[in-house]
Amino acid sequence: MADTKTVAPKEGALERSWNWLTETQIWKSVFRHNAPITDRNRVLVVLSNVFLHLHPVRLRKSGVRLRYTWCMGGLSFFLFLTLTFTGVLLMFYYRPTLEYAYTDIVGLREHVPLGIMREMHRWGAHAMVITVWLHMFRVFMTGSYKPPREFNWNVGVIMLVLTLLLSFTGYLLPWDQLAIWAITVGSNMARATPFLGYEGPGASLLALGDVQLIHAADDARFALLGGTFVGEGALLRFYVLHCVGLPLAIAVLMAVHFWRVRKDGGISGPL
Amino acid sequence: MNAIKEFFNFFADPRVFFLLTTGAFVFAVWRRDLFVKPSVGYGLQIFLALFFGLGLLDENFRLIIGKPDNVPIVGLIFLLLFFTWYSMRQAVLNDQRIAKGEPVEEKVEEDRVWVWPDLVYVELICLVLCSVALIVWSIVLKAPLEQPANAAATPNPSKAPWYFLGLQEMLVYFDPWLAGVVLPSLIIVGLMAIPYIDTNPKGNGYYTFKERKAEITIFLFGFVVLWSSLIVLGTFLRGPNWNFFGPFEYWDIHKLEALTNVNLSEYIWLRGLGVGMPSHWLIRELPGILIVLFYVFGLPVVFARTVFKRYYEKLGPTRFYVTAFLFLSMLSLPVKMLARWLFNLKYVVAIGELFFNI
Repeated sequence: MADTKTVAPKEGALERSWNWLTETQIWKSVFRHNAPITDRNRVLVVLSNVFLHLHPVRLRKSGVRLRYTWCMGGLSFFLFLTLTFTGVLLMFYYRPTLEYAYTDIVGLREHVPLGIMREMHRWGAHAMVITVWLHMFRVFMTGSYKPPREFNWNVGVIMLVLTLLLSFTGYLLPWDQLAIWAITVGSNMARATPFLGYEGPGASLLALGDVQLIHAADDARFALLGGTFVGEGALLRFYVLHCVGLPLAIAVLMAVHFWRVRKDGGISGPL
Repeated sequence: MNAIKEFFNFFADPRVFFLLTTGAFVFAVWRRDLFVKPSVGYGLQIFLALFFGLGLLDENFRLIIGKPDNVPIVGLIFLLLFFTWYSMRQAVLNDQRIAKGEPVEEKVEEDRVWVWPDLVYVELICLVLCSVALIVWSIVLKAPLEQPANAAATPNPSKAPWYFLGLQEMLVYFDPWLAGVVLPSLIIVGLMAIPYIDTNPKGNGYYTFKERKAEITIFLFGFVVLWSSLIVLGTFLRGPNWNFFGPFEYWDIHKLEALTNVNLSEYIWLRGLGVGMPSHWLIRELPGILIVLFYVFGLPVVFARTVFKRYYEKLGPTRFYVTAFLFLSMLSLPVKMLARWLFNLKYVVAIGELFFNI
C-alpha cells in the first residue's frame, strides 16, 4: 500500500486575491466571522446581521417547506419593500395637485424611456393584496392563530386592513376617471355611517333644536375626503396617507408582527 | 359556438352563479376525498385555463377580462382554487395519518434545520421568482390611464377598486349603511375574534380538516364563497347600471331589468291583510322589526337551547353569543339573497324617514 500524501491545492490568482481581500481591515470590519460553512459560523451569520436576525438560528423543517408556508408572508413583505422602493422613485415625478397630478403621470409614461416603475408599483400593489389574503388563508388553515399566537393574528388582521387602505388611497393618485370614480363609489359608503354620516341611520337624531349636528360638510365622508366631493382636498389627504401615514403605521406593525412570530415560538408547528 | 356561450352566460347569472358556487363548495367539503384527488385539482386548473384561453376569442369576453386592472382577479381565481384544493389535500392526507394513528406530516418534519442555508435560500429563490414575475408582468401589461378626472362625467358602471367589489355587490341586497359600513366592520371584528371564540385546542400548527370541521367550513364559506366569488361576480358580471351581463354578453347600456322588488310591509299590510299602509312608520314596520330582532337576539337563544346546545355548553355564554351574532351577521347576506330571489323582497325593515333600511 502506497503512502498517500496530502498535497495543498495550488492557489490560483483568484484564490490569492480572495484570501487577500478577506484579510483586509475593511472586509473584517464588515463581516465579523468567516463564511457560514461551519455550524458555529451559521449561528454567527444570523446573530450578527441585522437583517438576518429577523430569523431564529434554527427552525422546524416544516417551516422552510413551501408545502406548509406557501411563502406568502415572506412575499407580502418583499412586495412591500418593492412598493416602497418604486413608490419613492414615483414621488420624484409626481405632484399631488389638480393641476399636475394627471399630467405628471402622462409625463411619466411619455417621457421616461422604458419606464416600468408605475407598472411595478401598480401590479405589485395588486399582487400584495392577493399574497396577504393567501397568507391569512394559510395561517387559518394550519390553525396558526391558536394560542399562543392570538395577538399576532390580530396584528395581521389590522395589517390586512392597512394593506387594503394603502391600495385604496393609491388608487386615487393618477387622477384619471378610473381613479376618482372608484374613490367616489368607495367613499360614498362613509356618508351612510350610522350616526356619523349625514345619510346614515340615526344621524338626524343628532340635533340641537333645529340645528342638525351631522350634515354633508362635517360628517364621516367629509373627514375622509377633506371636502364634500373627491377634489383637491381628497387628493392631498390620500397622497399624504398613502406615502407617509399608512406606510409608517404598517411598518411599525410589521416589526411587531415579526417580533411576535419569534416570541410566540417561531413558525407554527404541531405542539 | 353561440350555444356554448349562451350556456356559460346562463350559468353566470348571479342566482345560478351563487347557488352553483355554494353547491360546489358544499360538495368539495362533503366529498373532500374526491375533491383533493390530483386529477380533480389539475383538471379544474386546466378547465379554467381552457375557459379563459378560448373565451378570449370572444370580443365581449376580451373587453372585460383584458382590462388591465382585472388581470389580477383572473390570477386570484386560479390561485384561490389551487390553494383551496391544496390546503384541503394537505388536510385530508394528515387526517388519514391521524386515523391510522401516525403522526401528522408536520410532526414528522419537526427536527430543526439551519436558517443559513436552508431558509435563506428558499427566501432568495422566492424573491427572485417573484421579482421576475413582477417585472415581466410590468413589461407586458401597461398600467391603465384613462381620461383625466372629470366630476361631471360619471362612467357607467362606476366601480370601486376590485378588492371592494364584493362589498359593492352587497349593495344590491343591503343599503350602504349595512353593506358599506356595518358588515365590513363586522368582517374585521369577526376575523379578530376568531382566536378568542375558537377554543378547540386541536389542529394548531398543522393541516387538518376532521379535527376542525366547523371552523374550516365556516371560514372557507366566508372567504371563498362570499368574499371572493362576489368579487369575481362584481368585477366580471356586472355592467352598466350594475345590471347582470354574462361573460360573453355585450354591455348594452339600454338593457332593461324590471325592478319589481317589494318591501315586507307592503306584503303584509297591502297584499296580506289588504288594509292599507299604516301611517306611522313604527306600526308599518313592526313586523319587520320583530323579525330582525328575533334574528339577532332570539335565534341565538333558540340555537343555544336546541341544535347547538353542545356548543353552548362547550363555549360558555359569552363566547357562544358572540359567535352566534357574528355567524348570523355573515349568513344575513345569503339569507337576504334568497329572500330577494324567491320573494322579490326589497327591505325587511324600510324606514326611509331615518335612512334605516334592512
